[in-house]
Amino acid sequence: MTPAWNVRTATVVLLLTALPLVPVYTRLAHDPFLLTLFTRIVIMALAAVSLNLILGYGGMMSFGHAAYLGIGGYAVGMLAHEGIYSGLVQWPLALAASALFALVIGALSLRTRGVYFIMITLAFAQMAYYVVAGIARYGGDDGLTIYKRSQFFSPLDLSNKIQFYYLCLVLLYGVTYLVWRLVNSRFGMVVRGARSNEIRMRALGFPTYRYKLVCFVIAGTLCGLAGALLANHNDFISPATMYWTRSGDLIVMVVLGGMASPLGPWFGALVLLVLEEALSSITEYWQIILGPLLLLIVLFARGGIDGLLRTIGGKRA
Amino acid sequence: MTLLVEQCLNGLQFGLLLFLLAAGLTLVFGIMDLVNLAHGSLYMLGAYFAATFAAWTGSFVLGALLALGATLLVGMAVEVVAMRRLYGRDHLDHVLGTFGLILFFDEAVRLLWGPEGLSLPLPPWLNTAVQILPGIYYSSYRLAIIVVTLAVAAFLYVLVMRTRIGMLIRAGASNREMVGALGVNIKLLYTLIFGLGAALAGLAGLMQAPILTVQIGMGENILILAFVITVIGGIGSIRGALVAALFVGFIDTLGRAFFPDLLRMALSTAAASTAAPALSSMLIYLLMAVVLVFKPEGLFSTGNK
Repeated sequence: MTPAWNVRTATVVLLLTALPLVPVYTRLAHDPFLLTLFTRIVIMALAAVSLNLILGYGGMMSFGHAAYLGIGGYAVGMLAHEGIYSGLVQWPLALAASALFALVIGALSLRTRGVYFIMITLAFAQMAYYVVAGIARYGGDDGLTIYKRSQFFSPLDLSNKIQFYYLCLVLLYGVTYLVWRLVNSRFGMVVRGARSNEIRMRALGFPTYRYKLVCFVIAGTLCGLAGALLANHNDFISPATMYWTRSGDLIVMVVLGGMASPLGPWFGALVLLVLEEALSSITEYWQIILGPLLLLIVLFARGGIDGLLRTIGGKRA
Repeated sequence: MTLLVEQCLNGLQFGLLLFLLAAGLTLVFGIMDLVNLAHGSLYMLGAYFAATFAAWTGSFVLGALLALGATLLVGMAVEVVAMRRLYGRDHLDHVLGTFGLILFFDEAVRLLWGPEGLSLPLPPWLNTAVQILPGIYYSSYRLAIIVVTLAVAAFLYVLVMRTRIGMLIRAGASNREMVGALGVNIKLLYTLIFGLGAALAGLAGLMQAPILTVQIGMGENILILAFVITVIGGIGSIRGALVAALFVGFIDTLGRAFFPDLLRMALSTAAASTAAPALSSMLIYLLMAVVLVFKPEGLFSTGNK
């Protein structure tokens, strides 16, 4: 019997209600930087939720997830560069391009498992990085400035920072709900079953390769959405968005938050990005602290933040 | 013709250099079952150490030897402090933990040496051109790299296949507990192997240093290539690493040199010059994809992983 009210539930409720109030606070406190930070957190949380779908629930250790951030972003950036600003064209294309990339990469990578899978997804994402960096028309290495944000029907204006924040937030809530429904559906059960014992799932007659591939494509598509948002948020897209260390950041968010936990990626994105801000205000060399910290988290805090909250909650109950 | 011979030698040299990195990576993976992303950091450290020591001692060779020793020590220290605790864990833990190490090393280098790159000047006797065929000259330094890496490859072969340490290494790879039960200090052995892998990466880094600039992040790009090689060759196989490294070295070098020209014959000049850099950087990944389609475990898979 789980207690009706514990630390974990309290934290989740607090987070769910606090996020929509952020613009209110920044408006009152005249702190526009905080709103920018939180928009970034929400977008990265969205990307981390999509990675959690394959990494946490599916057990597919993809080290190339940032590629979709770049592909989604470049779809928006390239179209804007060619003078097409309508979000109704840009965004479906961003999703379709990410889905297509995920389909090709997934079809090849899912033939392997374990370390091979890590290395191959990493290598393919790097390939995408080099390809984009080589296209001179769209800025190459230097990236591409996006002069106009995606345009939608009239009341929705993405250049309005508060509106944009709420758009990102609604999408985050929606995608998180979608992923939650997905992993608890029959489809999700098969994918999770394949994670714990793929041979048994196959013996039961499930074509696990196909299930995993579909899951991989869904995750890639959702991350492409995050990429489209990120490009709009930064008004800029560059190959650095899809550099492999960014994929590492996403993995850190998922693991830090707690794998296979619906809201884990939210915690992970929030804590990592706030930690980055805090550490970089202490010292210019903040990564010298973050690096060993990651190692310590890996060694001593396996369940991530969600696991920690569960333990605290369990003790109190 | 001259260009072709020169580019082939460049491919050979690059391939052998990649082999040094991939060998260390695959050795550590095959024996300790450890995925080490920080391998590229050791490559970078090798280059930084060499540039610093060479400037201190005023001698390229002395600097290189000191740098080799230093990376060996750093590698062993990293094993004792961090890696040792990661054995037997999930691969995802390895990825995250060593990712943390990369951040640490990159920032430590920035702190110690500053954000600007260093350069490692060659001594005059290495900075000449040698006549290798009538009328064809080739950089003596690149030739030296080829000779040194071939020697190291031979040394590795003898070490692993013909010595008592090599026997222990192979035994430790197939059954860790049994070797430990027979009274071998497996912990020390692992530390030594990790140090060896680090020294190989450091050697690759310090030899590459005079050709490229010594800079932060130099290890990361080449690490991906080392991964591609390990995947193509089969994880845990040193022979596979050698074959795959040569493949990748040739294809990457020759692709970059000649692919744009080939493309220009097929497409218009303008289209070719836009597409060529992107496409030629894709070649090795395409190679990897093709290998994966036919042999998902790599060309020379050891089969036990």
